[in-house]
Amino acid sequence: MRYLPLTEADRKSMLATIGVPSVDSLFRDVPESARLSSPIDGLAPHAGEMEVERMVAAMAAKNVAAGSVPSFLGAGAYRHHVPAAVDHLIQRGEFLTSYTPYQPEVTQGTLQYLFEFQTQVALITGMDVANASLYDGATSCAEAVMMANRATRRSRAVLSGGLHPHYRDVTATNARFHGFEVVTAPADPEGGEDLAALVDDKTSCVVVQNPGFFGQVRDLTELAAAVHAKGALLIVAVAEVVSLGLLTSPGEMGADIVVAEGQSIGNALNFGGPYVGLFATRDKYVRHMPGRLTGQTVDAEGRRGWVLTLSTREQHIRREKATSNICTNSGLCALAFTIHMSLLGEEGFGRLARINHAKAVQLADRLDALKGVEIVSDSFFNEFTVRLKKPAAKVVNKLAKAGILGGVPVSRLYPGDEALADLLLVAATETNTDADMEALASGLKEVLS
Amino acid sequence: MNSQGRKTHIDALGVEGGSAASAAAGTISGNRALMLEEPLIFEQDSPGTTGVDLPEPAVVKSRLGKVRERGRIGLPGLSEPEVIRHYTRLSQKNFAIDSGLYPLGSCTMKHNPRLNEKLARLPGFSDIHPLQPERTVQGALELIDTLAHWLKTLTGMPAVAMSPAAGAHGELCGMMSIRAAIEDRDGGTSQRRRVLVPESAHGTNPATAAACGFTVDAIPADETGRVDVGALKAKLGDDVAAIMLTNPNTCGLFERDIVEIAEAVHAAGAYFYCDGANFNAIVGRVRPADLGIDAMHINLHKTFSTPHGGGGPGSGPVVLSEALAKFVPLPYVVHGKDGFSLVENGADEDSTGKEFGRLKGFHGQMGMFVRALSYILSHGADGLRQVASDAVLNANYVMASLKDVMTPSFEGPCMHEALFDDRFLKGTGVTTLDFAKAMIDEGYHPMTMYFPLVVHGAFLIEPTETESKQSLDAFIRVMRGLAERAKAGDADHFLGAPRMTPRRRLDETGAARKPVLRWVPEVEQREAAE
Amino acid sequence: MSTIKFTKDHEWIRIDGDVATVGISEYAQKQLGDVVFVELPEVGRNVVAGKEAAVVESVKAASEVYAPAAGDVVEVNEALADDPALVNRDPMGEGWFVKLRIENLSDLDDLMDEAAYKEYCEGLN
Repeated sequence: MRYLPLTEADRKSMLATIGVPSVDSLFRDVPESARLSSPIDGLAPHAGEMEVERMVAAMAAKNVAAGSVPSFLGAGAYRHHVPAAVDHLIQRGEFLTSYTPYQPEVTQGTLQYLFEFQTQVALITGMDVANASLYDGATSCAEAVMMANRATRRSRAVLSGGLHPHYRDVTATNARFHGFEVVTAPADPEGGEDLAALVDDKTSCVVVQNPGFFGQVRDLTELAAAVHAKGALLIVAVAEVVSLGLLTSPGEMGADIVVAEGQSIGNALNFGGPYVGLFATRDKYVRHMPGRLTGQTVDAEGRRGWVLTLSTREQHIRREKATSNICTNSGLCALAFTIHMSLLGEEGFGRLARINHAKAVQLADRLDALKGVEIVSDSFFNEFTVRLKKPAAKVVNKLAKAGILGGVPVSRLYPGDEALADLLLVAATETNTDADMEALASGLKEVLS
Repeated sequence: MNSQGRKTHIDALGVEGGSAASAAAGTISGNRALMLEEPLIFEQDSPGTTGVDLPEPAVVKSRLGKVRERGRIGLPGLSEPEVIRHYTRLSQKNFAIDSGLYPLGSCTMKHNPRLNEKLARLPGFSDIHPLQPERTVQGALELIDTLAHWLKTLTGMPAVAMSPAAGAHGELCGMMSIRAAIEDRDGGTSQRRRVLVPESAHGTNPATAAACGFTVDAIPADETGRVDVGALKAKLGDDVAAIMLTNPNTCGLFERDIVEIAEAVHAAGAYFYCDGANFNAIVGRVRPADLGIDAMHINLHKTFSTPHGGGGPGSGPVVLSEALAKFVPLPYVVHGKDGFSLVENGADEDSTGKEFGRLKGFHGQMGMFVRALSYILSHGADGLRQVASDAVLNANYVMASLKDVMTPSFEGPCMHEALFDDRFLKGTGVTTLDFAKAMIDEGYHPMTMYFPLVVHGAFLIEPTETESKQSLDAFIRVMRGLAERAKAGDADHFLGAPRMTPRRRLDETGAARKPVLRWVPEVEQREAAE
Repeated sequence: MSTIKFTKDHEWIRIDGDVATVGISEYAQKQLGDVVFVELPEVGRNVVAGKEAAVVESVKAASEVYAPAAGDVVEVNEALADDPALVNRDPMGEGWFVKLRIENLSDLDDLMDEAAYKEYCEGLN
């Protein structure tokens, strides 16, 4: 077995040192009835790299890779080009096979990139501080609501109808068990909801996504003021982080907490995970934050260095009074984000965002010209909603048969809502060529005719 | 005053004057050969430079509605060679499994096979969108289902929830499942709100119980380092929802009375949650189902060797007993006549109607699933059993080789990790922390320190099965040498350690008193000061 | 004439009329190590006897400071926000935490006086 270095001779001599006759005797505290004597049911013996690769690659071959066909899927996960340097660097063993930086003297590498990550996240969201990542956008959203509950000592959250249904559902799951109230506005494809009207003096926060799940981009400044006037916090969720390269930041619009899905930068689609949750807030709320934080300090010789800090918020010290139970988060995905963002820089990040918007505008114009297709979103970044003259789920399946991943039918995330059944979410990124767009347009024309 | 955690003092920094090892001494650059100083990425800004060549965006009429385009963000500009060098240099300041023995107890820092990395990057897994039509992702769903099958088989449990993103997230899932089952059985007004958690438990256990709306009641340990069964039974009652127990426990010991504990818990109408962080000790040798467990998370980044990645991503599937099998999070994979499909909501025809909700976006940590399955197939039935055997053998070998110079906290045999405390350092002026810092200079990552809380100055050493005997012997020689050095009165050696690292001891007190959590340009720093 | 009393949880209470100033003892600050942050209640809040009135944090520990008796918070030590090390330097003086208007002074009768507390701490070592 290539991963197990001990030889039979080693084992024998080690048992002699321990003073027991066999490894079995080291398991003597296990109740006899629970000791397995037979090998695991149905599992073959160990196998070489070649055989394992063959078995696993056979499963991979049954999937249609998004990059192999024209693909326009978004709804919280976006296909972007990730520079080759990113994957090369994150596979360096010193990053890949290290753990949470508990010993700062021998983990300054991890700590420094987390400090860079926190700074990048704070900059792009327009906030004061950010943590060292959470699991993903949806869990970050739920954590933000619970943080707002702590900070305001209130327990009623108002969720926008333009919030990603997964973000809404994860928040609702936590609400059920943690014991707080969630008020959700109805699905809002046209973007006309009046969230401020739902805020009362028991409301801890309003959660709004920008760009919204259905695509709209909104100026949240007035909403922020209305929410603050009631003593509540404004949480802004960003499911497509590339949008922050072009849109006024949530911080500038008055957000108190910004949560985002960071997958778009540095991370592959991976069928939904692992991704990286971004979490940023204002200085005054820092001690209410969940998750790990890296801080700057000096070493015994006065040189600048980094450590995990404000740990008293966390489970390993605070136990049942911790701000969250989170421990392991998304370190390596955060590194991929940091490296990609470093490669992009100010110039590249802004340009990437502009390209995405331009591609989406071009696609929208093209689809708008089709019979049976109506653009619903009056504003958008790189994703928009169209209304089709047929149920979107059926259209998408037909397109898939023709080798086109044509978008996400809204019904997949809002099952059973007839009013939404004809809606299709279509995203375009820098990876989509003119030929891709032509393929989608002609594919749709055919399916709808 | 009720203290949680341990005390600290700034003098633990171990500052000493005139050290010959002072980093900056001797060179003009401050570098020491391979140990290179590296400023922040923000301090290397060359405005206008970028490391990614992107085409000019097409000229279109903006559709941003009323939102203004943003101004300067403040991100630095660097070329690709500069970025590669920067992160390469940072990587060189890290200790990792690839560089040496990393005996961080309860974290299972074992070798990460590179085949698994290769397979996770196959475009058929890495480049598929979570919301593609199910017909186009049959292989991905098959992989999830296959891994689920092996996790169920290895634990003997009938069901598994795959979506939790890490161990602590798995705990949350398991405890939610328990609460959902209780409310289903007893009605929503159930008064079962108390959860029993041993004092030795990992901090995530009480934090999780609280996050699920439970109150936490601590159970003391007995003199053998195990749960005090008498005390446990005395605490059981009709307001108890569950017990959360780690087995093997955080002292590295198997809970001998676990079957009796399970029976008592079930007889009281409560459920048995097992923290599976230490499953590596028993995989292939003991099935948790045979111990009477109702729910257990499995850290794929521990037992099944998905890389720890500097603190994630992890993955924490939760196996469930028959009693809890219906109380799962959404989504999950089912296999029908048309192949594999996902049950994503309660409206789905395959839904049991008992699911308790969604825990994260999309379907789970696919990238980790591929790696874990590859690990299981590589090891096979014989290899997995050998994993547990060698992990336990290695830990007992370390225990046997150090027990005369250090102080084991409890009578052995241990399981996959060996626990010592600081009694052997009594009167030396050296603490566990100082000892750990001296290990760093010897080229080792320290063990887990000060955890579990039930012993004083804990040293929790988990060598894992992927260390050779030669590697263990070298480690043992160092540990013995350091123990003897401490006892010989050479406290200064420890108090000033580490001396040869990129940075010496760091001022954590200063960091916490005036938190600096991000870089700010010097101009802003000056303005803030004025 | 003020009197000073101590709890078994290592809080001290100085009583002036119906106002009690609360802090942590020399013994407690030593146990805790370098204090990095003190979380104080809002002025005007009513605290319940035996329940959390403040939290004092070092790098690796967080400790609740319990209210010795029920009362309203009349003042908190704002200086601790900028200089939490005051708790280490002068725990019995400038490092005080809160002032409470005690509802029922007799609630404090059972607390230890300085001599009894000293004896109690010696018993702990």
